[in-house]
Amino acid sequence: MEKKNISRRSFLKLFGAGSVATAATLVGCKGGNKASSQAAEEYKNQVEPPVGKMTYRENPKTKEKVSILGYGMMRLPSKVDNGDEFDQDMINKQIDYAIEHGMNYFDTSPVYCQGKSERCTGIALHRHKRSEYFVATKLSNFNRDYWAFDKAKEMYHNSLKELQVDYLDYYLLHAIGGSMEEFNGRYVDNGMMDYLLKEREAGRIRNLGFSFHGKQEVFDEVIALHDKYHWDFVQIELNYLDWDFANEISNNNVDASYLYAELQKRGIPAVIMEPLLGGRLANLPQYLASELKSHAPERSVASWAFRYAGTPEGVLCVLSGMTYMEHLKDNLLSYCPLVPLTEDEMHYLDKEIAQKIVGLENIPCNDCKYCMPCPYGIDIPAIFVHYNKCKNEGSLPMGIGDREYRKHRRQYLISLDRVVPRKRQPDHCIGCHQCEPHCPQNIRITRELHKISDMIEQLKRDPEGTGSAR
Amino acid sequence: MLRRIRTILAAVFFVLITLLFLDFTGTLHHWLSWMAKIQFLPAVMALNMVVVVALIVLTLVFGRIYCSIICPLGVFQDILARFHRKKNKYSYSKEVRWLRYPMLVVFVIAGVAGIGSLFQLLAPYSSYGRIATMIFQPLWKMGNNLLATVAEHYESYAFYSVDTWMRSLPVFIIAAVTLVVLFVLAWRGGRTYCNTICPVGTILSFFARFSWLKIHFDEDKCKNCSLCSKNCKAACIDYKTHSVDYSRCVVCGNCIDSCKFGALKYKAGNPLPKGKVKDSVDASKRSFLLASALISTAALAQKKEKLMDGGLADIEDKVAPERQTPLAPPGSLSFQNLATRCTGCQLCVSECPNQVLRPSSDLMHLMQPTMSYEHGYCRPECTRCSEVCPAGAIKEIDQDEKTSIQIGHAVWIKKNCVVLTDEVECGNCARHCPSGAIEMVPLDENDEESPMVPAINEAACIGCGACEYVCPSRPFSAIYVEGHEVHKNI
Repeated sequence: MEKKNISRRSFLKLFGAGSVATAATLVGCKGGNKASSQAAEEYKNQVEPPVGKMTYRENPKTKEKVSILGYGMMRLPSKVDNGDEFDQDMINKQIDYAIEHGMNYFDTSPVYCQGKSERCTGIALHRHKRSEYFVATKLSNFNRDYWAFDKAKEMYHNSLKELQVDYLDYYLLHAIGGSMEEFNGRYVDNGMMDYLLKEREAGRIRNLGFSFHGKQEVFDEVIALHDKYHWDFVQIELNYLDWDFANEISNNNVDASYLYAELQKRGIPAVIMEPLLGGRLANLPQYLASELKSHAPERSVASWAFRYAGTPEGVLCVLSGMTYMEHLKDNLLSYCPLVPLTEDEMHYLDKEIAQKIVGLENIPCNDCKYCMPCPYGIDIPAIFVHYNKCKNEGSLPMGIGDREYRKHRRQYLISLDRVVPRKRQPDHCIGCHQCEPHCPQNIRITRELHKISDMIEQLKRDPEGTGSAR
Repeated sequence: MLRRIRTILAAVFFVLITLLFLDFTGTLHHWLSWMAKIQFLPAVMALNMVVVVALIVLTLVFGRIYCSIICPLGVFQDILARFHRKKNKYSYSKEVRWLRYPMLVVFVIAGVAGIGSLFQLLAPYSSYGRIATMIFQPLWKMGNNLLATVAEHYESYAFYSVDTWMRSLPVFIIAAVTLVVLFVLAWRGGRTYCNTICPVGTILSFFARFSWLKIHFDEDKCKNCSLCSKNCKAACIDYKTHSVDYSRCVVCGNCIDSCKFGALKYKAGNPLPKGKVKDSVDASKRSFLLASALISTAALAQKKEKLMDGGLADIEDKVAPERQTPLAPPGSLSFQNLATRCTGCQLCVSECPNQVLRPSSDLMHLMQPTMSYEHGYCRPECTRCSEVCPAGAIKEIDQDEKTSIQIGHAVWIKKNCVVLTDEVECGNCARHCPSGAIEMVPLDENDEESPMVPAINEAACIGCGACEYVCPSRPFSAIYVEGHEVHKNI
């Protein structure tokens, strides 16, 4: 099935190229050969990223050149005909394309994609020379059973095995920031930290760092350990919304401006995650999208977010979980080479546009699926993504005073049924709160689900928008 | 002329009543539910004397046009008979008295004795309702779902997908067998079913004998060509004796059209006065039985914990609990009233948007509706079944009335409750109770820290099943609704 697809695709490619060539020759006969081949070239340049133009940043410790765009292996493509399985052929193809265009940083974790990400990444990367890529993975021992030294160590060694490598280029303590008690429990008290430091000395971990989501006091305390542990890099969330507004959106989060400044002070390179907030900064309401487009009509909405994240000089690499080829191509276009934003442009994004996005009052869900699977079967991210989409389209039914209430009500209920089966909808959330500690955005998931559930109940009871529902 | 008028009217009636059964959107019943209410047996069961008298008067004037136009099963047989393309395919046959009248007696006895399933099996409108609900509606919905897929592709909200599921296998089999039998009978002999089995046909035949307008033979014009007999789907015209059996004639007008000599006329008068009168059947009480024992539920004690990111946990399908007293929809007053009046036509079942109503699988009430909450619950804003019921088995109620009709009460099954089996916080039943009849209280009254479990105020519970539907315990809910025999206003 998959093979067939590929052959059809390559057939189309050939066919397309052939017809372009034919067209070129035909036009060429009339004497405009040069002009037409130039035109074809321009079409291609608009969508095909160039080879050999990637911007690189230097790792201050190893002096190695890291591509500014890194591949996040958290949102792998599923098979078209079976959503439960990942499409290894497509993963291989996209990684080949990425490497061909100069990317060399690949970031995964033992828990991504129901635990299948490392294996898929390993299979795809193993087909390339070990010197062609840097691989990053994490000690994702969230489950308390894995706080024990033996289990944590086993997780580390299993990563090496799954990735089919004998050393890791970048290794992270995964998602620090909940509490110091958790940090100590996961890494310090069990002796895992000492073990990892020895592994770094032995060269099996070339760079040791941590990824951070959460409270400022935890960040301050862990970054202070730099003197002791020498963090080679730190992975933080940075984008034009989180630069100044992360704390305003959730008081359990820290503004990216603070985190970046703290890293700069100590000369620690930053790896950036969530440059696009799980696609939210690419799926802006139409009026905001148009506003950005009017500044650079030839560039995608997403390109602003990527150029923003890549512009600070202390950024080593910007990660993006590119599920589809078109995402990969678009991001490569933004970074081959990176044209840094001017200070005015930076402020336009992190002040003006960000302020407007905060005003949308979206649920700050980036569809990372850390909360999943919900033991009671709720499809949490799908519900939030759908809600935000309706909110941003302005099609959320607003009750009394909404002139289009009936239409919006119908749309909301039907479209939710289309994306989330009934038994996975918010009315089945029992409020056990098991998902909440997993959310890197510190969303009060239960509260949000119950709010949506109440709204749906109100919609169902009140078909006319009279507010008469009991 | 008569034939053309009859065909057009029959087509209109048939299409509309079929649409009433097929429609799941809840729009058509506002306009069309009267079509079910003018059906003879439902009107008798509803003690709707206006309709019953009107239908008898109609028959006394025109003959059995009810069977040709109003009854969907009658028209359906005409449609099935059309598949038999042969011309002049019928012939005169004698009335099958030995079957026809005993069938009526059996029907009346079944009604009086409370053998509901036999009564409903013979009721013609209900037979059609079952075929429409169990066979046509699923096909209709699948067609709709196909359109919904297309609509989704074009981001249109004109169509939305609906669930199709087997509501009751026995009733599906009954409907399918009825369809096959009807097809065979209609193919071979036109209206054999109406004139030998159908109790309504037999009852109306008593009046049709005395109808004012009838088919008349003009013996002077008749050339004894036999075409009238060969085109009579009721097999009631004997061209040799120039006689028409008015007890079986459904006034279709085919004979008039087929006669080349104008020897047949539909006019006033009474060439062959004979026959006897019999009263129409009273609606009688039918007894009911209680059955079955509670299924024992096995809870699996296990705290579910996640390890990896992403994916969806499997959700087991819920199993319907066996209720000691079955649930009857609000408006049905009592289980007894429902059992007595319901003709098993399935209109309420096809109408229910929340997938609550389905035909009972209890032998004594086989085709009558019952409720269960695995796929949805009896939502507060919905009163559709009460609006469509033609037989008065579910009386019309409005939303306000519904909030105070108690059809049952919730029962907590401690050993299934996730608060105890999974050791998690829950309270989903309390959160969704529209009557506020459930409150979460500490399991141990002396220990405020003990797990919070539902406390049901049975007096305030209306039995809507919201708690049962949203209960996370699967496949057996930890809270379920036990029916009440007689509904109360609280």
